[in-house]
Amino acid sequence: MKLLVCISKTPETTTKIALNEDGTAFKTEGVQYIMNPYDEWYALVRALELKEAVGGSVTAVNVGSAGNDTIIRKALAIGADDAVRINAEPHSSLYIAKQIAEFAKSENFDIIFFGKEAIDYNGSEVGAMVAEFLDMPFISYANKLEVEGNTAKVAREIEGGVEVAEVQTPFALSAAKGLAEQRIPNMRGIMMAKRKPLKVVEAVDFEDQAKAVAYELPPPKSAVKLIDPDNMEELVRLLHEEAKVI
Amino acid sequence: MVLVFAEHQNGQFKKAAFEAVTYGYKTAQLMGTDCAAIVLGEAEEAGILGAYGASKVYHVADQSLNKLDSQVYTTVLAEAISQLGATVCIMTHTSTGKSILGRLSARLSAGSAAGVKELPTVSDGFKVKKDVFSGKAIATVSITSDIKLVSLMGNSLQPEKVGDAVETASLEVAIPESKVKVLSVDRVEGTTPLPEAELVVSGGRGMKGPENWGVLEDLADALGATTACSRPVADTGWRPHHEHVGQTGIAIRPNLYIAMGISGAIQHLAGVNNSKTIVVINKDPEAPFFKAADYGVVADLFEVVPKLTEAVKKFKAE
Ligand SMILES: Cc1cc2nc3c(=O)[nH]c(=O)nc-3n(C[C@H](O)[C@H](O)[C@H](O)COP(=O)(O)OP(=O)(O)OC[C@H]3O[C@@H](n4cnc5c(N)ncnc54)[C@H](O)[C@@H]3O)c2cc1C
Ligand SMILES: Nc1ncnc2c1ncn2[C@@H]1O[C@H](COP(=O)(O)O)[C@@H](O)[C@H]1O
Repeated sequence: MKLLVCISKTPETTTKIALNEDGTAFKTEGVQYIMNPYDEWYALVRALELKEAVGGSVTAVNVGSAGNDTIIRKALAIGADDAVRINAEPHSSLYIAKQIAEFAKSENFDIIFFGKEAIDYNGSEVGAMVAEFLDMPFISYANKLEVEGNTAKVAREIEGGVEVAEVQTPFALSAAKGLAEQRIPNMRGIMMAKRKPLKVVEAVDFEDQAKAVAYELPPPKSAVKLIDPDNMEELVRLLHEEAKVI
Repeated sequence: MVLVFAEHQNGQFKKAAFEAVTYGYKTAQLMGTDCAAIVLGEAEEAGILGAYGASKVYHVADQSLNKLDSQVYTTVLAEAISQLGATVCIMTHTSTGKSILGRLSARLSAGSAAGVKELPTVSDGFKVKKDVFSGKAIATVSITSDIKLVSLMGNSLQPEKVGDAVETASLEVAIPESKVKVLSVDRVEGTTPLPEAELVVSGGRGMKGPENWGVLEDLADALGATTACSRPVADTGWRPHHEHVGQTGIAIRPNLYIAMGISGAIQHLAGVNNSKTIVVINKDPEAPFFKAADYGVVADLFEVVPKLTEAVKKFKAE
């Protein structure tokens, strides 16, 4: 099977967010970047498991600038066969999706893997967009995937439950927790990654239709009100009268 | 026109659908236009959406639409948007909405904003705010395309009744064949699913073991709340995975989140810090969660939670 995994770069989860003076951008000094956990832990690993079971190849793709190469190398170290970076500074989900679709359309991938969301913008949009550009089915929030021949059985998270669906390749899916178990790259993988191909292709022109134009920080939270452990009636009263939530 | 895609489950409309219509109605007012709703698949009471401000409710009642296929839904919605001349399309930020918003955006070359919490401003272009970095910042997104797509985060505004139910109108659209065969849908019966729950009681590693969950469940029962947990708790199998909230689990925004025995790591907060009111019960006064809490109780949870449960019962009885 020919498999594609779309990987994105996100700030490390404990990153403190600070804005520039006019609130139009984030300060990037001191920000550490990681591969988006859903892409790394679940999407990539499930793709590798599939390849190990049925043969084929796993390609990792990222839309971004040269600074992303360390993250792409990590995908190679975990086990992807080759990687492609589409050289662009991405500014919107639709722009990223267009680039991935342009690259993928002539490659005939059987399954395209996404993470359920990038943890920076929490959009959960790119996968559905690529699937639409390529006119293929899209199963979001997959937490189980079994493939036999051209037929895949996928379980997906829905509100308060699971849905199981059957679909033929080619299709796209987004990976949620449960799809696979995280793999840590070993020394051999890291050494081998240096010799694996990382191809850089140029982006196609595409006009953004939506763009973040300003940022603000949420208002600071007022200090916690401590309640005497021997007076839980007081807590209940406050929840009822002050917070009005019960 | 503002068109609201109103979701239902086996013909039943949930609060999220009414919230979306209320949001659509208010957006339409800002823009000086009408709000309509569209319902896909069989649903008996679709006209009820009129009460929340949809002046027309279009219903494509074909039973092939009873189950979601994002590709089919997108084709139908794109056709409806074009037939009706809608310039804004609103949906809920649920598993269904998320799988359609992106597709529609690609299909129509329309800009989108996913998971917004406030009404747009329209005086200087169409702009909406949404959380980014798991709520650590808020972005203003400007959408410049002719058609604008927005998904609304649940529990962001209260549904408001502004009129009466209306008659539904049918809409002639071609429905393509689905490439996805849904084999089964399993929902946990009884309790409100976490993403829709207004009251949530959650436990962490401080609970010490799965055998101790009775204390937490008693409180949840007394409140009528849904239960949740931190990641290590789900990972070690003390509780089912679907209860795991946080950055790698689900993000929730209930009215009340009660956390016991949870330290409040940033990745946990990422999934819960949008809750309206947070109560933290922890024996360690230095636990970081207290910084994000509205009310705190510094105590051993095994001693204090049963007292809280009793106090809730007493309150409910009055
Ligand atoms: C990339 C990444 C993603 C992650 N995603 C998530 C996520 O989605 N959700 C999540 O929850 N975590 C997530 N984590 C893990 C997170 O960093 C923390 O490790 C985790 O939240 C800690 O869980 P906890 O609070 O239950 O346990 P602990 O940190 O061990 O806290 C236990 C708390 O219980 C208190 N306690 C103990 N006994 C009692 C008692 N008798 N009475 C009262 N209080 C008591 C202690 O004082 C302590 O504060 C993620 C981590 C990473 C690196
Ligand atoms: N710049 C990017 N390059 C490659 N894949 C991406 C990029 N951004 C997002 N993705 C993929 O799309 C998924 C969903 O991202 P998002 O729609 O931003 O939440 C991610 O988990 C990745 O799989």
